[in-house]
Formats: sequence, C-alpha cells, structure tokens
Amino acid sequence: MELLSFGKTGWGDELLIATMMTIAVSITAMLIGFIFALIFTPLKLSKSKFLNLIGNCYTTVIRGVPELLVIYLFFFGGSGAVMYVASIFGYNEYIEINAFITGSFAIGIISGAYSTEVFRGAIQSIDKGQFEASKVLGLKKPVHFFKVIMPQMLRLAIPNLSNVWQITLKDTSLISVTGLVEIMRQSYIAAGSTRDPLFFYSFAAVLYLLLTYLSMKLINKLEVRYSRGY
Amino acid sequence: MDFELMINSFPKLLNATLVTLKLLSASLIFGLIIGLCFAILRINKNPILNKFAYGYSYVFRGTPLLVQIFIIYFGLGQIDYLRSTVLWVILKEPYWCAIIAFSLNTGAYTSEILRSAFQTIKPGIIEAGQSLGISSKIIFYKIQIPIAIRQSLPAYGNEIILMMKGTSLASTVTLMDLTGVAKYIISTTFKPIEVFIVAGGIYLFITFIIHNVIKFLEKKYSFN
Repeated sequence: MELLSFGKTGWGDELLIATMMTIAVSITAMLIGFIFALIFTPLKLSKSKFLNLIGNCYTTVIRGVPELLVIYLFFFGGSGAVMYVASIFGYNEYIEINAFITGSFAIGIISGAYSTEVFRGAIQSIDKGQFEASKVLGLKKPVHFFKVIMPQMLRLAIPNLSNVWQITLKDTSLISVTGLVEIMRQSYIAAGSTRDPLFFYSFAAVLYLLLTYLSMKLINKLEVRYSRGY
Repeated sequence: MDFELMINSFPKLLNATLVTLKLLSASLIFGLIIGLCFAILRINKNPILNKFAYGYSYVFRGTPLLVQIFIIYFGLGQIDYLRSTVLWVILKEPYWCAIIAFSLNTGAYTSEILRSAFQTIKPGIIEAGQSLGISSKIIFYKIQIPIAIRQSLPAYGNEIILMMKGTSLASTVTLMDLTGVAKYIISTTFKPIEVFIVAGGIYLFITFIIHNVIKFLEKKYSFN
C-alpha cells in the first residue's frame, strides 16, 4: 500500500494522472473514430460500386491487421508523412508529432472501422418505410437524417458502440509502446524502478477493470434513455 | 516506394509468420479446452462455480491482453516460490508465457460464446432425448455439444481472427513474430509504409483464409 501513496514516495498520484491520460486518449480516439465512421458509413451504404469498394477496403484492412502494427506504422511513419505534406508547402524543418496525437489517431482509425460497421448495420436495420415516409413528407435531407434516422439508429447502435468503446479503451494500452505515459506505461516505469512488476501490473489490471465497469454503468443509462418508447 | 525492400523483407516476414501461426494454433487449442470447461461451469446450477466462471471471464475480458501478458511474463517471475518449482521451466520462456496469456484470454471469450450457444439450444431437443431414455451424459456429448458447436461457429470465427491479431502482442515480450520482425525492419530501415504493406498483406491473407474456412464449415454443418 505504501507504493500507492501520493507524493514523492509513492506512485499513487502518477498512476492517477496516467489513468486520466488513458481516459483522455480513449475519448479522443473514440471521437476521431466517429469522424472516420461519418465519412466511411455513407461510402459503404452508397450505390456506387467504387465508393463501396473504398469503404470496404478501409474496414477490412483495419479489422484484419493487428492494432500494434497500425500503431507502429503511425509511430514510425507519422512525422515523416506530416513533414512530407509540410515540405509541399515549403516548410522543411524537422517536425516531431506528440505521442498523444499519434496514439489517439492510430487508435481512432481502428475504432473508426468498428464504428463504421456498427452504424452501417444500424442504418440498414431501420425499416425502409421510415426512409420512404420522410421522402413522401418532403423532409429536407438534414432534417430527415437528424430527426428521423439518427434517433432510431442510435437506439440500435448504442449496445454495439459500447463494445467498440471497450475495445478502444483496451487498445489504448498498446500506445504504451510509443512512450505515452498512460496506465500501462506508468506501471512499466513503476515496476522497473521498484522491481515489483507483479503488484503494479495487477494494479493496472484493476484500474482497467474499474474503467470498463464504470463505463458500462454509464452506457447502460444511455441505452435506457435512447430506447424510451420501446 | 522501395520495392526492393519489400521483396527483400518478404522471406523474413514469411518466416516470422510461422511463429505467429504456431502461437495462434497452440493458444486456440488450449483456449478451446479452457473455454469449454468454463462454459460448462457457467451453465452449472451451483452458484459458487457459476460465479467463479463468470468472474474469470469478466476479468479476462475487461482487461487488455497486454496487461495479462505482462503479469504472467514479468509478474509471476517475482514469486520466489514459483521459481523453485517445475513450473519455472515453462514460465521463464517468453514463448510459453505468451501462449498461457493468449489461451487464458481466448478461453474467456470462448466460454462466453459457448455458454450462449448452450443456452440457445431449444429445451425440446433435450427433452426429446430424455423421453427416448438416453442417459444425460450421452445427451450432453451427442446432442448438446454438436449443436452448440454449430451455433457458435460464426462468433468463434470472429474470435479466431481477433486472437490472430492478439498474437502480435507476443512481440512485446521479445518474441520475433510477424509484428516483431516487421517492427525490427521498420526501425532499422525507417520505411514504415513498405513494411506495413507486406506485413499487413500477410495478416490479411491469413484473415481471408480463416474467414473462408469458417464459412465453409458453417455451410457444411448447417441444419438445412
């Protein structure tokens, strides 16, 4: 227990900050994933074969390749790619991208592939009559999407999105290989300097369990809210 | 694009794929046994056994695989008692530690898949067996298990693919699997995109094969 005390002698405060970091990375990654899903879900649902192919490539490749490999790609290739883009605009200095951005981007792309599949499934299982009815009523496209399709889609999507959230939360542990100090990295540092890996890794496991447990509780409340009337 | 590097690194990566496949097959076999045992405990009426099996699957599904590997590889070595037993022969090898962690992890997911498969079997089928005077042991082995296996095939196929992706974590405990070798080549040549295309291609190819084998089995064992 001494090891977990706050202040200079213990690792309590460091681990607390690391936990915050894990939460921050997970939320950022999830939001980046939503942006990707917002781009690729329409592609997957589109009638054009070519757009379909692009959407399918994204979800198939990302879901078929290990997360760690994607993270390595971003970790080693991220600043190179940004510098290449910058050099087009005439900026030739060395650019270092922060581990938080690389990490949440890598995890975000992965979580986006799962979210895309969830949204696609949810939209496809909405009754066709709903689309036709809003067309017949002459609703404008944004109203049709935000007021008719989205509320129904969310009800169907939330249980599966909670799975995506769990996957994303657990995947953030892999960012520790890039040196971002989240739960896993902090436990690694603590385990190294105290020579007590069993305790710190077990404590990391407890922290993750706590995070998944608490987020499940929260999501269940959301689920109840969005399935009102059913 | 450096095509020469892609061609040169291909045999090295292919060699490393063997390690990945070995890890995958070993952990799937052990994981299936563990999963079956815990699924049987889950449908048991005894509340203590039931809770125990639930706790196991909750813990292993709620924590990242990386933590599990680190606890087993770095953590267990710390217990002096373990170091003096025969178990140490296994636990000092990163290869076996990885397999133990993967098996326990996939075992937890498999137990959930099999449990839901057992629970969706229509009671009428079991009752039909009982009224024919078949002993409950034979009902279990000859009726419940084959139906449960068929029911769980699609979900289990997903689990195999997830596990294949999970084996990439073996590279964090010094094993040179496909991801480990890919990372090594990337960090020596600084050409991440080329290596990613080759290694990712190999992974996708394995995913493709697993997907199709499962599809074939589903068709072969469908009820209609």
